[in-house]
Amino acid sequence: MDERNLQSNREFKTHRSPVLSDSDNSMLNGVRIHGKEEDKMVGKPLRVVHYLNQFFGGIGGEDKAHAEPQMKMGPIGPGKAVQGAFGDQGKVVATIICGDNYFAERIEDATTEVMNLIKSQQPDVVIAGPAFDAGRYGIACGAVCKRAQSQLGIPAVTGMFVENPGVDLFRKDVYIIETENSARRMSDVISKMVNIACRLVAKEKIGKPSLEGYFARGYLRNEVSDRIGAERVVSMLLAKLRGEPFQSEVPPPKYDRVKPASGLKDLHAATIALVTDGGLVPKGNPDRIQAREATRFGSYSFKDTDGLNPDDYEVNHVGYSPVFVLQDPHRLVPVDVMLDLEKEGIIGKLHKKFYSTAGAVCVVENIRKMGQAIAKELKEEGVSGVILTST
Amino acid sequence: MLTKELERAGLPTSHICALTPVAQMVGSNRIIPASSVLHPVGDPNRDPAAEKAFRRGIVEEAIRHLQDQSNG
Repeated sequence: MDERNLQSNREFKTHRSPVLSDSDNSMLNGVRIHGKEEDKMVGKPLRVVHYLNQFFGGIGGEDKAHAEPQMKMGPIGPGKAVQGAFGDQGKVVATIICGDNYFAERIEDATTEVMNLIKSQQPDVVIAGPAFDAGRYGIACGAVCKRAQSQLGIPAVTGMFVENPGVDLFRKDVYIIETENSARRMSDVISKMVNIACRLVAKEKIGKPSLEGYFARGYLRNEVSDRIGAERVVSMLLAKLRGEPFQSEVPPPKYDRVKPASGLKDLHAATIALVTDGGLVPKGNPDRIQAREATRFGSYSFKDTDGLNPDDYEVNHVGYSPVFVLQDPHRLVPVDVMLDLEKEGIIGKLHKKFYSTAGAVCVVENIRKMGQAIAKELKEEGVSGVILTST
Repeated sequence: MLTKELERAGLPTSHICALTPVAQMVGSNRIIPASSVLHPVGDPNRDPAAEKAFRRGIVEEAIRHLQDQSNG
């Protein structure tokens, strides 16, 4: 017999991991395992630890919100639904209960205390809550899950209502199943949580948020479509023009509006500063400001006699051709004109430093932080108004 | 985005920029159209003295906007 044939037969005999039911109903069906008998991944049931607050843990209401973390063996309250959802695949070995106020008043330390209890059980997976719309509880669940993942390297899943502050705080780090704002559909939510947890243990791919019912974590994942992008976008556009519903593939960012600051009442008393995002920096770029996706800015002094000498500056910015600005930096940062206005007494003072960064392909959050930092420095230095020049 | 953080901190900020629709979308409050992406407050086609006068015109408009009290 051809040896190559024998080898290829062996290659097909792979182990398959357990595939769980896709139904939205409870997991009472348990797990369907594919593959031949000898290929079945038979293992011990997963060790599950469940985190609950004082109310769901049955020790009291708001009167017990200060309760310190405590551990009880086996499932408690909603933990019984968690146990039911796992079936033979998991055993809720312990429940950690902690008061919502105790946790909220010392989040880092409480997380550590809870983790110490969790660690003692050597779990394979952590289930927290679900917290529904309870804010302190949601924050606790998110914090516990995040730490369990990073410290123990095990999957941790929770569930919350969209307005729970725990959602925005932890959605990027933790799978949070979306719930209603009451505990009405507790067992449905728990089924989904346990379903995702089991698949995470088996290192299976978790599908899109809208399909699986968790809050989008902010990842963009490539997938193969049956139609090219041009076809998809044109059909979206046609739907939009017809007033039909359509699903954007990349939702556009939403920008907040800021109430304007009070205008300058007395120009003669005002100190005005120049800021630019055109990437003008001293030769050599001493602060190593990035030409794109900048996270740094610099402030650069100039003499009030000369203005900006082209020999002293360079442009660090991927978004435009700097030819004209290199010939004369005043074409970007109008120091010369501002010095004239100051000499003529039209403005009180020109701040003798300009602030600079590169506004190319920037991450909104980084720009926000830089803006806040620049504002703080300008205010400390007595600046009352700003002219910002952008390419 | 920078202009919004500056305004939020109480510093009226005039934004001289070439891409005014972007500034409007993102939400700058005081937008002054720049001469060009390549030279926001300049014009290489003019002689130096004329260019400086042109620059001053844009800057003076930006300063006028800094005094604007509306919605403040």
